Amino acid sequence: MLDFLQYGFMQRAFIAGMLVALLCGVIGVFLVLRRMSLVGDGLAHISFGGIAAGLLFGIYPLFSALVFSVLAALGIQKLKQMKVYGDAAIAMFFSFGLAIGVVIVSVAHGFNADLFSYLFGSILAVSQADILLIAGVGLATIAALLLFYKEMFYITFDEESARAAGLPVENLNNLLVVLTAIAVVLSMRIVGILLVSSFIVIPASTALLFCRGFRQAIAFAAAIGVASVVAGLILAFYFDLAAGGAIVMTLIAVFFAVLVYKQFRSK
Amino acid sequence: MAEKILELRNVSFGYNGQPAVKSATFSLEKGDFMGVIGPNGAGKTTLIKLILGLLKPDSGSIMVFGEDISKFRGWPRLGYVPQKATNFDQNFPATVFEVASMGRFQKAGMMRQLSKGDYKAVENALGVVGMLGLRDKRIGDLSGGQQQRVFIARALAGEPELLLLDEPTVGVDAEAQHSFYSLLKKLNKEFGMSLVLISHDVGMVSKYVNKLACVNINVEFHDVSKGVSKSDLVCAYPEVMAPVPHHH
Repeated sequence: MLDFLQYGFMQRAFIAGMLVALLCGVIGVFLVLRRMSLVGDGLAHISFGGIAAGLLFGIYPLFSALVFSVLAALGIQKLKQMKVYGDAAIAMFFSFGLAIGVVIVSVAHGFNADLFSYLFGSILAVSQADILLIAGVGLATIAALLLFYKEMFYITFDEESARAAGLPVENLNNLLVVLTAIAVVLSMRIVGILLVSSFIVIPASTALLFCRGFRQAIAFAAAIGVASVVAGLILAFYFDLAAGGAIVMTLIAVFFAVLVYKQFRSK
Repeated sequence: MAEKILELRNVSFGYNGQPAVKSATFSLEKGDFMGVIGPNGAGKTTLIKLILGLLKPDSGSIMVFGEDISKFRGWPRLGYVPQKATNFDQNFPATVFEVASMGRFQKAGMMRQLSKGDYKAVENALGVVGMLGLRDKRIGDLSGGQQQRVFIARALAGEPELLLLDEPTVGVDAEAQHSFYSLLKKLNKEFGMSLVLISHDVGMVSKYVNKLACVNINVEFHDVSKGVSKSDLVCAYPEVMAPVPHHH
């Protein structure tokens, strides 16, 4: 039992995966309720450009991805304030990031393999440096969310009343997308660009199926995310599956299990 | 003389040059209960938003609790129950208590946790509106009238001295409306809270208020502490209230 924990790479995978799941679970409740589920996906694709740029210029790729992602998050907010529809703004940045990535790959040959590890995730190849980044930045992000918990809750529930109550709504909205940008980049190493939004959207959507309170929804979203990472990693280890995919399939399985149980009970 | 809590002088405001409120002039004293009546699009909500500082007047001055509105910082002294407060995502995961506690956020301050005193104030507010027993229910599972009470509790939790309510009885059944008006009466008489109530329901409003603003872009202000006469309402509803001409 628990022999998988003897391996350094599995220990790192667990630490990184659980931290990221915790962060994305919390942030996901805010995003899903605000109909911003696709922001995570959009920012992940923008990070692709950042990863490619990092690999090209020899910068630590997660760092360049972080810069791209945060700038794009603020850019999306700016476009929204200038009356561009939110989903259109996301779609534009989404393609922009991918385009940058593709152009860079076509210019510089030879790092396709590295790039692919970011597209599909490589949780089992998480390095010591990655762990430090994920732990440091991830915990700071969670702290920021907790610090502004009640304001974010109010804005999520009713933006207009929050504004009437004197909350700096624009700044807090910017903060939320920046924190999302950070969460996305941190998750990329684990599940990959193409699956990042699953960490944000699925645990929150599952919790929303049965939670009555907001605090409760946040706690359950985080717990569902963390538990699915643990289960998914164990499955991946014993059945030799792609870890990112196994985690996402676990998340989906939990979602449908709760959904079916809820339907069954309401009859 | 009682303390002046609100004073508007010649306040005008327009959206893109289209006048919405014209030269509003009136003042309220502590303990006043003002009704704001008028047809749709007459500028009633605009008037409230001007008082709350959400809109800035094009001309004229507004004094809140004796201070010019541009310098006023005591916003928790004002409570606000917005129009369509109950028009939220009915699936939203928030308990009755969580929603009411929002009314305390401003007083507690940014980045601060609510204190025991804050929670006590939220409980008191829920008690006043009779919703404390449902504190752990999901807000979306309540009836429209109950939800409306929770939103009033949210405003009360901040312990305001002046409470502004924007058409709170829309979409609420007759019985709930009745208990709503007796709740307002209780707040006004027992707690000495000053109230501003926007409503379509001229009949109900006239029974409870002592000041009346009749709004149809122009704002006519009447002291109705000795009863409402038809002429007080002409500004808002000329077609109904104007004397019928006789033809012989």
